[in-house]
Amino acid sequence: MKILVPVKRVIDPYVNIRVKSDQSGVETENVKMSMNPFCEIAVEEAIRLKEAGKAEEIIAVSIGNQSCQETIRTALAMGADRGIHVLTEEKIEPISIAKILSKICEQESPGLVISGKQAIDGDNNQTGQMLAALTDMPQGTFASKIEIESDKVKVTREIDGGLQTVSLNMPAIITTDLRLNEPRYASLPNIMKAKKKPIDQKSPEDYGIDVTPRVNVLKVIEPPKREAGIKVENISELVEKLKNEAGVI
Amino acid sequence: MTTLFFIEHANGQVSDQSLKAISATSQIDGDVHGLIVGSNIDSAVAEASKIEGLNKLMHVDDDSFNNILAENLTQLILNISGDYEYFLAAATTTGKNVMPRLAAKLDVSQISEIIAIEGPDTFIRTIYAGNAIATVQTSDPKKVLTVRPTAFKAAAIGSSECEISKIDAENMPSISEFIGEELTKSDRPELTSAKTIISGGRGMQNGENFELLDKVAEKLGAAVGASRAAVDAGFVPNDYQVGQTGKVVAPELYIAVGISGAIQHLAGMKDSKVIVAINKDEEAPIFDVADYGLVADLFQVLPELEQAL
Repeated sequence: MKILVPVKRVIDPYVNIRVKSDQSGVETENVKMSMNPFCEIAVEEAIRLKEAGKAEEIIAVSIGNQSCQETIRTALAMGADRGIHVLTEEKIEPISIAKILSKICEQESPGLVISGKQAIDGDNNQTGQMLAALTDMPQGTFASKIEIESDKVKVTREIDGGLQTVSLNMPAIITTDLRLNEPRYASLPNIMKAKKKPIDQKSPEDYGIDVTPRVNVLKVIEPPKREAGIKVENISELVEKLKNEAGVI
Repeated sequence: MTTLFFIEHANGQVSDQSLKAISATSQIDGDVHGLIVGSNIDSAVAEASKIEGLNKLMHVDDDSFNNILAENLTQLILNISGDYEYFLAAATTTGKNVMPRLAAKLDVSQISEIIAIEGPDTFIRTIYAGNAIATVQTSDPKKVLTVRPTAFKAAAIGSSECEISKIDAENMPSISEFIGEELTKSDRPELTSAKTIISGGRGMQNGENFELLDKVAEKLGAAVGASRAAVDAGFVPNDYQVGQTGKVVAPELYIAVGISGAIQHLAGMKDSKVIVAINKDEEAPIFDVADYGLVADLFQVLPELEQAL
């Protein structure tokens, strides 16, 4: 079985982002970039399934500008076998990404697609579900546990009130939540080895997909700042303030 | 133009998140139709039919919808999608699961977790864990949106019922199956609807120490939450998580205990009316957003707080 893992390059989660003064977006020039943390969890899960003998090949896919190759290399260094880079300079939306991925699914016929539940830049939380719709595959979103049982996959999902378990016919799409696993760090020898692993370069046109954006970002601003209040000395002062000043208890 | 809103319910009542999210539809011209699914849900249907602003309610009474599968609910909405221009649901785990699937089937983009409506095709939403706010305009003919409930006031339940019609669940794909559910048992209110929340972070040191928060929560009738750091460290389950990757809450009172105040946590709670921070590190960024800060050892002051209430 093949596992397809889409990975996204985003601003590093530990970087404080800066909104551009012309309100056109968030500054990404000269900012440290990393693989989206939820995508790292997806790569890790695919590798664990391969290590457990449930999968033979892991294909990492990234869609975006030339530097996405680095993100694919990171996945290869973690343990993915080969990469597909779909080169585009467009700001590409989840629906277009899902369409390209659905074409790749047609060509590669993966048994599972494992993706992050959301990217920490756009916070859309859409691509996996959209890919499932376009390929008519079932979806196990926000996964905290994955168990393959012959031609089905059992997915435990993080839902608002707790956990839900569903069984999906394979091929299926799974999106990862935080507690699924803790991603490994790539070792130096594996980083060296990853340089030799193949990355196939494609374009959206190769897949016949029009990636013209449908959603236009009119402006991006900073959120209103909340002012710091006062420090209290002890619990009795705190309780007094909450009762008499704020009136919330 | 007409809007279709997917209404969630639990324990015979319309969910608080749905009531909040549905009020976003008051800013969209035209009628609003509701869809509610399940079996033996007469009381939820009766309540939903009285939601102010709702013109018609469609009800599916079918055992297979006691537990919602994205594949089936998407197909159900597609069956009736014909004339609707807007499709809305609360940004719950169900809404987030289903609406992108629906959007892709309709070949449109989806706009996630809107916090305001600027115009018929223009919406406001947060990006980068709430560190930036984007105004976006869609050119798609049909708009599929999820609504962040905390950004809207709950719609009122009126006294008169709107038109109710039953629809059937046809052409269900049967490619997925519900196996089971393990809901966190708690006598406490749900995080997203609680008026008071007390949350713990990495400073709690372990899961057992969350009992200290439970005791205070008991006195306040509060829900207990956690930061992502506490969830990552395995102290508590993920459904406790408040933050951009967990739940977004806006209670009357939010008490953050042993939470440093990472941006991803602040994104999930900074719209709370009153914020209290208890942390022994006086430099912790949580104090920058707190109305009342107490620099202290939580293990000393939590029992004191329980006593004082």
